Amino acid sequence: MAVMSDVKPTRMELKKTKARLKTAKRGHKLLKDKRDELMRNFLQIVRENKALRQKVEQGLQEAMARMAGASRLMSPEILEQSLLCPKQGVEVDIRLKNIMSVNIPEYTFRTRTDAAEDIYPYGYAMTSGELDESLDRLSEVFRDMLELAEAEKSMQLMAAEIERTRRRVNALEYVMIPQMESTIRYITMKLEENERSTTTRLMKVKDQILQEAHDFDY
Amino acid sequence: MNGYKIAVIGDRESVMGFRALGLDVFPAEEANAKAVFNALLRPEQEPGYAILYITEELTIPLRAEIDALKDELIPAVIPIPSKNGTLHLGMNALNSAVERAVGSNIL
Repeated sequence: MAVMSDVKPTRMELKKTKARLKTAKRGHKLLKDKRDELMRNFLQIVRENKALRQKVEQGLQEAMARMAGASRLMSPEILEQSLLCPKQGVEVDIRLKNIMSVNIPEYTFRTRTDAAEDIYPYGYAMTSGELDESLDRLSEVFRDMLELAEAEKSMQLMAAEIERTRRRVNALEYVMIPQMESTIRYITMKLEENERSTTTRLMKVKDQILQEAHDFDY
Repeated sequence: MNGYKIAVIGDRESVMGFRALGLDVFPAEEANAKAVFNALLRPEQEPGYAILYITEELTIPLRAEIDALKDELIPAVIPIPSKNGTLHLGMNALNSAVERAVGSNIL
């Protein structure tokens, strides 16, 4: 692994790099734990999401089949008119839930009126029973649809966060940490080398001085 | 954060019923899907739409716009089947989210 660029082999630099390595190792462990926990939560949400989607898709298809039945029995104008002015209204409140630093939404919905029959915005004289059934089914499915929206959004947000965390873990594990380790090795070796050369130089100088003073030769 | 609205976008027949439940319904065809979708997201809409249900057929021309909203908290864009049945696009989106997180599809 390459040495970090532009390092001077000094004791200062060695000390700094060692401190950085320690921090990087701790960060790596923490991020890895975060990734694992995120993944656990994520897979749970995915499973939930899958089940909900199957339920919603099936429910909607049933509701739409009944709607198609109604449109066969009623003229398009009357069908259109019957649904034109809804009595019911829906609003969503959003609360944020924090899972491992990811904010995910929680939806609760409020209807304008409490009466269940308010989903039929028409008199019963001109319309077919199929339409009632269709709306009935639709309002059942809608509860699951809201949960589906929650699960799906959470899943997307968590997928993004997991991807980010995974990249950071990998960068630390395979780039940063090995690079710092080899830098430390490089500086240590360079310092030892310097020390050895100093020793030999001193020995050599000592020999020269002795020879000059006493004409002494080994 | 309170009082957000829910929109349903799709072909008239598929989404008609949602109007009775009190959702905001916007009939659209493939040709004008983009215009309808972008009009819903304009910032001056207050309070905005928290959830957009879109029929799978219409998510195809809107793919770029929907992908751009993936990492936003609000709104959530959820594909639903239309009257012609499901194209499995919703399930595909689920699989691609797994792939993004895990690195490979483990389902």
